[in-house]
Amino acid sequence: MHSFGYRANALLTFAVTILALMCAMASISDNFNHPSPSAHVEVLNINWFQKQSKGNDEVSMQLNISADLQSLFTWNTKQVFVFVAAEYETPKNSLNQISLWDGIIPSREHAKFWIHTSNKYHFIDQGSNLRGKEFNLTLHWHVMPKTGKMFADKIVMSGYRLPEEYR
Amino acid sequence: MDWQGQKLAEQLMQILLLAFAVVAFATGYISGSFQMMVLIYAVGVVLTTLVTVPNWPFFNRHPLKWLDPSEAEKHPKPQEAVSAKKKPAKNSSTPTQEAS
Repeated sequence: MHSFGYRANALLTFAVTILALMCAMASISDNFNHPSPSAHVEVLNINWFQKQSKGNDEVSMQLNISADLQSLFTWNTKQVFVFVAAEYETPKNSLNQISLWDGIIPSREHAKFWIHTSNKYHFIDQGSNLRGKEFNLTLHWHVMPKTGKMFADKIVMSGYRLPEEYR
Repeated sequence: MDWQGQKLAEQLMQILLLAFAVVAFATGYISGSFQMMVLIYAVGVVLTTLVTVPNWPFFNRHPLKWLDPSEAEKHPKPQEAVSAKKKPAKNSSTPTQEAS
């Protein structure tokens, strides 16, 4: 503490150490938030359902996605990444996940939304397993904090059965 | 800055920073604004810097009281034995310097 430089150095070191501590506490405080998000995804219509020339099944559908993710936001939340996946079982793989739609929610004000869309990403099976296949629609989310630990969770929703014939 | 001033500066720095950190965290958490927390803490760091880093007069209120030079003359250091041992060493080095 005998010179200007020494004092400046000590202050800066201590200040940054405390800042790191505050960030850690902010991350810990996220654990006290118990979110209760709700979501509903509905398949309105199958636009078309076909077999590609390579032999893979491909579906295009109309989706109606509504969700209330406001409770996921805390003071330490930067944004929330959310995606809707179709999940189903095939003889070869016990779990197949195909992302149909995704979005980034930048703030609590945008966390209650309703969207009517066709699937943003192709719903293609690696094979020819989709005829008459029943799949679950799952809403996954990743909470990205300003500092600290990332959280991820999902809601599994009632499924939908694809038609037996291509159309 | 004198000894007491240095101690005061260090303690002030630690107490002020901790106090600002507590206030900033509480305000940020209650108002639900991370930005608010960082802002209050940044202001706190700047204020603490202004208070504790420059050499303010109030850090110099306990100057060291040095003895008067006349005291040293009254009590001269007993250096005779030390200088007597050093002199032979100096003498041994001088011939080599003369040779070169």
